This record gives sequence, structure tokens and C-alpha cells, in this order.
Amino acid sequence: MTDYLTPSTRDSVNEWAHRLPEKLLEISNLRTYFFTEAGVVKALDGMSLEVNKGQAVGLVGESGSGKSVTAQSVLRIVPRPGRIVAGSIKFEGEDLLSKSDDDMRKLRGPKMAIVFQDPTTSLNPVFTVERQLTDILMLHRDLTKEAASKRALSLLERVGIQEPEKRLKAYPHELSGGMKQRIAIARALSCEPILLFADEPTTNLDVTIQAQVLELLKQLQKELNMTMVMITHDMGIIADMTERVTVLYAGKVMEVADTPTLFHSPKHPYTEALLKAVPSVKQTRALEVIPGNIPNLIEPPSGCVFNPRCKYAKDICMKQEPPLEEVEEEHYVACHFWRELKLEGRAG
Amino acid sequence: MQTTADTGRPIIEVNSLVEYFDVVERGILRKKKIGDVHAVDNVSFHISEGETLGLVGESGCGKTTTGKVILYLEKPTSGSVLFEGMDVFETFENRHQTDQKLLRRRMQMVFQNPYNSLDPRMTVYDIISEAFVIHRNIPKSQWTDRVYELLRMVNLEEYHAERYPHEFSGGQRQRIAIARALAVDPKFVILDEPVSSLDVSIRAQILNLLIELQRDKHLSYLYISHDLSSVRQISQRVAVMYLGEIVELARADEIFDKPLHPYTQALISAVPVPDVDHKTTRIILPGEVPSPINPPQACRFHPRCPHATNICKQTAPKFEDKLIEGHFVACHHADKFV
Repeated sequence: MTDYLTPSTRDSVNEWAHRLPEKLLEISNLRTYFFTEAGVVKALDGMSLEVNKGQAVGLVGESGSGKSVTAQSVLRIVPRPGRIVAGSIKFEGEDLLSKSDDDMRKLRGPKMAIVFQDPTTSLNPVFTVERQLTDILMLHRDLTKEAASKRALSLLERVGIQEPEKRLKAYPHELSGGMKQRIAIARALSCEPILLFADEPTTNLDVTIQAQVLELLKQLQKELNMTMVMITHDMGIIADMTERVTVLYAGKVMEVADTPTLFHSPKHPYTEALLKAVPSVKQTRALEVIPGNIPNLIEPPSGCVFNPRCKYAKDICMKQEPPLEEVEEEHYVACHFWRELKLEGRAG
Repeated sequence: MQTTADTGRPIIEVNSLVEYFDVVERGILRKKKIGDVHAVDNVSFHISEGETLGLVGESGCGKTTTGKVILYLEKPTSGSVLFEGMDVFETFENRHQTDQKLLRRRMQMVFQNPYNSLDPRMTVYDIISEAFVIHRNIPKSQWTDRVYELLRMVNLEEYHAERYPHEFSGGQRQRIAIARALAVDPKFVILDEPVSSLDVSIRAQILNLLIELQRDKHLSYLYISHDLSSVRQISQRVAVMYLGEIVELARADEIFDKPLHPYTQALISAVPVPDVDHKTTRIILPGEVPSPINPPQACRFHPRCPHATNICKQTAPKFEDKLIEGHFVACHHADKFV
């Protein structure tokens, strides 16, 4: 192991951060819309999220829930025809939405980075691994080509790539999926970001390779004391990798809680339904079905977005959108009936 | 054919199935064969009436190829498949078309991606009734009623018949694909990753539907998937494949609770469990699955196996159930894990 990337200067800061939770990222009431020909897709519609320094936070939801758009919004890389139309994003106390494109570019890499789902498309096929890593280092760290190459090599070692000298000269197509994802992780970590978004980083990988990559991310997060936002649809990954979770549905926050609390005593019907709908390798149980389909985001259901599929829905749910309320310390829920409902968690 | 209550009778028997694909080097004038991809190597199993056999493994292990060869969608290299005593390969190679059609009606397949497996230019009615055009199993006057019946069977509505695939969500498309497979009243259905491309909340819908249909129609399934959680949910028995070979085959609860093969153990331990109290002790396998062009000698798993010894490099372990009856495993050291 090389000492590059091992925390030295940040040690004292980190120690301090552990004692006092410090808000690193604060998203409030974010609205990111896509202006398509078919209509306005409200991908994020009043999304809020708080992430403390050093935390591993999960964003869980199905397709179209807005989990990836959240990361894109924070990094300000929302693809056209999408646009952030309202809300605020604060990172280290600074407002990201008022920053110029140039200033954002300086943040992406050294301050925050992202690992995408599909390493085949996120790595550039016409450049070698070395070029893709050194470009960033030369730009953000002002290194010479030689120094950047040296660092690229130690980065590959750091993410557990065998024969790093050989791999450095390789093109992405010469590498397996697991290796490509390790390189994508190395690239994201190359400038030691404070905040890392992992957007379904293992969805395209085989189970045993997924285990390797998750283990690597866990280890890196701990060693570098990095803040990580894990975006996934897999409740198993949430249980394993995160301390705190935000459950998203149709661009809105349904529930926020510490991970154990969310699994043991969910307060939102969608969370409960999701927990009961996933099979496990550990035992079989009758799977409860969530009826219907994911809503159309051009014309989302009125009132609570989950009401058409919710088995507890009453009249008010169709008319009025429930606010996100704090039901106990650090546990937020957007449901009209959280007081009355006795929901079951997932025991075992 | 009558449906029997006897569930012990095998509906399908696969014996020493082998499927190699040529690796060729293209010259200017001619192609030269330089090797074989050992996609499926000596695979044997049977499936009883009304039973689901789960076939699991990682990408490239040969599970989909196994399914395709059973249906003769790929020509086998060697081996045999018996469907209710009828030799499948022999029928497709030598027998009359009527026999071949009969087999096609008995054995059907549902593919992974319902976005590719449905013709975008056909209505749902055309997609489902195409089976009647080919097999002429029911008179034309009954087609509409039968299509409606099939749609209701998979929890869709009659008016969906006039629509095109693009008007449906992924889960609904997979329902259409299932309805199409059931249009010819099959007895055996190969399900190739039927829920992998679907959202979490939709997966449970489709899994439950498949279990229901199996009960009502007394179907047998070969459920091919890399998703072990769904395999546990739907299968009675499970076969684990690695590099073209079945390394373990047993009842589902035995495979998942007391796996005997080190690969199965690693595979199961690698799956994230949706339970915060579950203590993960992941067995991390070094490296990646070797190339099936030159698979490792003797036990194919030995280069990655944490328990490998000399014998594993020298002789291939036998695939047998001498430790626990009905629990087949191919490992020299399986007795350590009983």
C-alpha cells in the first residue's frame, strides 16, 4: 500500500467531525424538471436531503424515483432537457446553485465525485486507463505527466487491481466489468473527494464481483473518512452499507431514518410494502405485492403520490399532499396517517 | 395428455448435455478453428411434474445456453434431453414436423428482456394469437375469447389486446410474454431471468403470478437466474453452475442453508441480505471467472477456491450424493462442510 490517499492531513479534522455531526450537504425543496416534448417530467419535486460529514447515506427507490437525478443535480450535470427549477443545494455551507460553471468544474473531482452504474459507458473507450486517470490529476492537482502516472499507478493498486502497470496501458474494452468499475472508482477517488456518489455501482456486476466492489467501497469510505451517498434499489445493499436512508418515490421523499430504524419500524406504507416485497436468500416468505405501476411523472397522482398503490389510502390522500414531518428524533415521514398506522418492519 | 397428480414423475430429463461453440480465427480466405468455448459441459438433471428447478450461476456460466439447448434453439454438441420420454434432439433432427410442433407446444420459454422479446409492430392480440396461427390448436372463432382468457390469466384487461408493446410498462410486458408462452398450453416452461429487468415492486407481482400459474396449470419450470433471492423464493430444487458445469444440486433449503460446495457458499454469502440484523461474513473470492475457452483442469473452481488442495488440481471431483441423499455436489472436500 502506498501512503497516497491515506488520510494524514485530514485526521484532525475528521476526529473533530466525528464528535460533532457537521452538515456537509443540505438539499432543500429541490425541483428538477425535464422539459420534454410530451410534457414536463417532474423528476424531483420538492426533494430534501441532509448528509453529515463522514456518513454513509442511502438513497433508495425504484426507477423514476429521482435517485440518480439527485446526484446529477448536486453535481450540476443534469442532462438536457432537464433543469433545476427551484430549491437550494448547500455544500460545505456554500450555495451550489449560484456557482458559475467554472467554479463547479473546480469542485467536481477534488470535492465531490460520482461512480456511475455502467462502467462500460462511463469510461472513454478511445483513451487508455492511464490517460483517463492522469488527465484529472494534471488538471486538478497541477501534476506533471510523470507524477500523475505514478499516482495513477498507486491508485490502481489501492483499488485492488492486479498487474497495475499492465492495466494502466489497457483500453477499457480489454478489461472485465468488475475491473472497469474498480477503475471508475479509482478515477472518482483520484482527487480525494469529500463526497462520493455511488450510483448503482454494482447493478451490472455479478454477485461475487459485486461483493468485491462493495467491500472495497466500504473499506475506502472508512479509511478516507469519505462521505458517501449510496444510490440503489436493493434493500440488501442499503442494510449492509448505510447508516441512514432516504426513501424516494416519484421524485418525493417518503421517509428518512437511521437504517436500523427504517427496517425495524418503518412509518411509511411504501417503505413497509417495499420491505415486504423483496425476497431474501436467508428464508422464503410470502411476498406481498405492491399493486399497480410506478406513476407517470408528467401527470403524477394528486395528493400523496403513493395513494393509488397504497392499501391504507383514504380520501384525504387523494386530495392533499402530506408534509414531511418529524415523527421522532431524526425520523421523518410524509404520510397523513403515520400516527394511526401500525406498520410492520422486517424482522429477520 | 392428461394431467397427473403424481408429481414424482420426471417431465424432463437432461443427460450429459454438452455444448461447445467454435472459436475461429479469420484468415483472408478461410476460417480456422482454434478452440472451443466450453459453454455447457456434461450437465445432467431432471425436473418433475409441477416442480421448479432453479438454475443459478454468474454471467457466462452457461445457464442460458443450457435452457436454449434443451429447447433445441441451439444445436447440441452431444447429450440427450427426454421430454415425457420423447427424445427432443432426435425429434428435431429426424422426425416429421408434426412431432416437432407437438414438442414446441409442450415446451415454452419466457425471455429476460420483454423490451426485445415482443415485436413492437404487432398488437398484443397478434402477438398472442400468432401461436394459434402456427399451431392451429383452436378454431379461429375462439381466438378472441382465448386471447382474453389468457390476458385475464396474467392479470391484464381485455382492452389491452388492441394495444402495442410500447404502451406497456416492463412488468406488463413480461405478463404479455407469459401469456404468449401459455397460449399453447405448455407443460414445461423455461423462465430465463424473467424478473431481472423489472423494478423491485414489480418483481414480487411477477414471481407471485408465476407461482400461481404453476399451481393452477400444473406447470414445470426451469427458472434460470443470477438473482439468488428470487431463486430461493420460487424453486423447490436448485442447481448451481460454474464454468459450464453443475457443481451442486439439492433441495432449495439445503442449498441455501447448508451449501456443500465452496462456490455455492461464496455465492450465497455474497448476496446482500435485506436485514439490518444480519451479520455479513462475506466470502470474497479472489479474481474473476476464468475464460471458458481454456477452463482450468481438474476441478474448474480450484484457482479461486479457499479450500483447494493438491488433489483439486489433479483430478476432477465426482458429482455425487454420497454424503446426503439427494444432495449432489462435485467437491473433493465436501465432507468438511456437512
